[in-house]
Amino acid sequence: MCRRLHLFCLALFLPPAPLWALEFNMPVGVTDTSQSVFNLHMTIFYICLAIAVVVFGVMLWSIYHHRKSKGHEAAQFHGNILVEVIWTTIPFLILVAIAIPSTITLGDLYDASESDIDIQVTGHQWKWHYKYIGEDVDFFSVLATPREEIENRKKKNPNYLLEVDNPVVVPVHKKIRFLFTSNDVIHAWWVPDLAIKKDAIPGFINESWTRIKEPGLYRGQCAELCGKHHAFMPIEVKAVTEEEYGAWLSEQKAAQKAAVAAAEKDWSMDELMNTGATVYEKNCAACHQADGSGMPPTFPPLDGSAIVQGEKLEHMKVVVNGRVDKGMPAFGKQLSAVDIAAVITFERNSWGNKTDDMVTPAEVQDLMDKQ
Amino acid sequence: MSAYAETLHHGPAKGISRWILTTNHKDIGTLYLVFSLIMLFIGGTMAFVIRAELFQPGLQLVMPEFFNQMTTMHGLIMIFGAVMPAFVGLANWQVPLMIGAPDMALPRLNNFSFWILPFAFAMLLSTLFMPGGAPDFGWTFYAPLSTTYAPPSVTFFVFAIHMMGISSILGAINVIVTIFNMRAPGMKMMDLPLFVWSWLITAFLLIAVMPVLAAVVTMVLMDVHFGTSFFSAAGGGDPVLFQHVFWFFAHPEVYIMVLPAFGVISEIIPTFARKPLFGYRAMVLATVAIAFLSFIVWAHHMFTVGMPLTGELFFMYTTMLIAVPTGVKVFNWISTMFRGAMTFETPMLFAIAFIVLFTIGGLSGLMLAIAPADFQYHDTYFVVAHFHYVLVPGSVFGIIAAVYYWLPKWSGKMYDEKLGQWHFWLSFIGVNLTFFPMHFVGLAGMPRRIPDYALQFADFNMLTSIGAFLFGTTQLLFVYILIKTVRSGKAADQLPWEGARGLEWSVPTPAPYHTFTTPPELNKE
Repeated sequence: MCRRLHLFCLALFLPPAPLWALEFNMPVGVTDTSQSVFNLHMTIFYICLAIAVVVFGVMLWSIYHHRKSKGHEAAQFHGNILVEVIWTTIPFLILVAIAIPSTITLGDLYDASESDIDIQVTGHQWKWHYKYIGEDVDFFSVLATPREEIENRKKKNPNYLLEVDNPVVVPVHKKIRFLFTSNDVIHAWWVPDLAIKKDAIPGFINESWTRIKEPGLYRGQCAELCGKHHAFMPIEVKAVTEEEYGAWLSEQKAAQKAAVAAAEKDWSMDELMNTGATVYEKNCAACHQADGSGMPPTFPPLDGSAIVQGEKLEHMKVVVNGRVDKGMPAFGKQLSAVDIAAVITFERNSWGNKTDDMVTPAEVQDLMDKQ
Repeated sequence: MSAYAETLHHGPAKGISRWILTTNHKDIGTLYLVFSLIMLFIGGTMAFVIRAELFQPGLQLVMPEFFNQMTTMHGLIMIFGAVMPAFVGLANWQVPLMIGAPDMALPRLNNFSFWILPFAFAMLLSTLFMPGGAPDFGWTFYAPLSTTYAPPSVTFFVFAIHMMGISSILGAINVIVTIFNMRAPGMKMMDLPLFVWSWLITAFLLIAVMPVLAAVVTMVLMDVHFGTSFFSAAGGGDPVLFQHVFWFFAHPEVYIMVLPAFGVISEIIPTFARKPLFGYRAMVLATVAIAFLSFIVWAHHMFTVGMPLTGELFFMYTTMLIAVPTGVKVFNWISTMFRGAMTFETPMLFAIAFIVLFTIGGLSGLMLAIAPADFQYHDTYFVVAHFHYVLVPGSVFGIIAAVYYWLPKWSGKMYDEKLGQWHFWLSFIGVNLTFFPMHFVGLAGMPRRIPDYALQFADFNMLTSIGAFLFGTTQLLFVYILIKTVRSGKAADQLPWEGARGLEWSVPTPAPYHTFTTPPELNKE
């Protein structure tokens, strides 16, 4: 009892307590379209509820009164054209009544013209890439929940599986057009508060738009089965005021310039190993595992691998170009030269691999330029 | 009676060869039903693994890749191994008995179409033990996840699907030929019992769409092994083409799995209401209308692929239209019950639960038809709740109701009514506890096919898992009831149900090995 009381108080007073409140319904969302979708959902729900009440009401009434144990004699009627016509016509009219607002909302959702900001969203196994078109800003957005929480070795935080390292930042009150595509399999970008769910299809581009009314963090997930880590590629949309957005944008541009500069500086072994460990955790560990043991036969181990312990150039080629036939992505298109150099250095000097090799960003850049 | 006595000495062969070589519609019906029961438990075990993993947030029991294999195999086995063969089994037993035919029209083909299945499923299940694991791309096997990114076992999956398709097509041909050619003299099409009607329509759907499934798996095979690019944009193909072809098969497939259940319910409700079926003609027409509409609604599974606005509107309107004939069926069932003299034996309980819970599944289907709202529902647990409501308390309850209803005639023994009632109530509670909370987590934002989820979905998922364990274990009681009935049930009467009508009840109990070797005389009412 005491323990329970203690837990109860804890739940009351610790602010970042998990959201234990039960959520029953669709979120109303923070855009005009999400609100009209919500209203549509509630309208049709109430219509269905009314139909259910009438139909089941008649049925239960009949079950209660027309039972043999109460001595009810069965009538023998077996058809009536008029009622058949009535109960064909009335549902049809109800459907027409539902179809009208649905058509209007759908037309609105499909009008992505005259946007203020265009963002290209590319699905990758298993992360999202955002590119601000015309702004020279692009980045990957990866799950930020630590593995310890997923594997139950640490208490789960309230945003468990719904948090990323780099949220996609957008200003409020602007019409934002998203262009969806994919690098590998089909993904679906879904943020319930914006009422956007659109498939990201390799080789094709889909579009959708939003105009967010309130600043805030809106979370979502990939909605189309995209392989083993389908559950682990969430979405975070951070809506901010226009000034904050402008500041963020210039900060990003500066950071990307700094990254280019970083490729030219001299990197020490320690720096490469440290950066490499982070890059590995984010990009490689899902398949090749944190301890490099892989998951044979689909995902080969890196610990003791002939490629990792062999020629540097071969190792670099695999990472940069990928092995598309075996599901290994071409990281040359996803990571910077610094990150690739760091992760290769890390792989060649971790676990049982002791090559003492150091791969510099310049070497990687050289290889990427040649191709 | 004397007409049957002379046929009694043509009993079944002895031993195992009876089952391997049989061309008797009753034996083959039994084989199908037993096979589907075994598959129900194999698929159920996979559901058990899924629900155990989802009992709490976090990864506890299985790795994500195995979880995906479980969801894929659960779907494939339940659809192609449990529900479809069970209905073919019911058709085998009941169609000849209900139309006064001595057997199916093509008995050897009948044997062949059954015996393909165990091999097909042995092959499909063997993929679980292959390097790289079983198919893990969902039962819908969307390309390119099932082509470029598939495990090596995809080839076996394709071959297994081909075999199942052949089995289904042959079975469907047999049903159609039997119904068209072997009706008792004087039985017109509009005299057919509704179970027979709905199976006839189902058989046409099968013949129309199973070849489409064969085509789409063949295209997958070609993309995987022969360098074609049907579904790869890099080679000039289109991943969305896969979805169009697949759903052109898979939407009628949904009706293939439920129309025979409609037929079963239309037999059971009049019997226990002791009143003729209301609106026979409307029921037949509604079934035909549903079958027709099922061919022009497929892309409502694809509202988020980026179709043009006009495409979305077309598929939204046609999908909404299905509510009309489906409504007609529900209204007619209720009118049949209205002012009847009802009793509530186990088959009737399952039939009533079918009407209520199927209607709930139908109403959530109407919600899903609304394209803008579907952007929120699509690929969430709301969809999972919807299709389980139409498939479990829909199709599966229909099958269970049929088994309880006709078992006395098949086995000559009566099941234990008390245990039957227990089976019903535990199943009813279990099924709702499992699938109702899924509506809530789906609306609140939980995607389907995920092995781990955010914390706000935890409570409902635990409830769902508890319901699933209850529902699953309850089906062991069903097996016990069946075995007990066959072994030591009380002898059933010639007419076990007071209100039952139809030719199947005119044969002795248990139904002799050969029936209607002389066509029955129809007494015109």
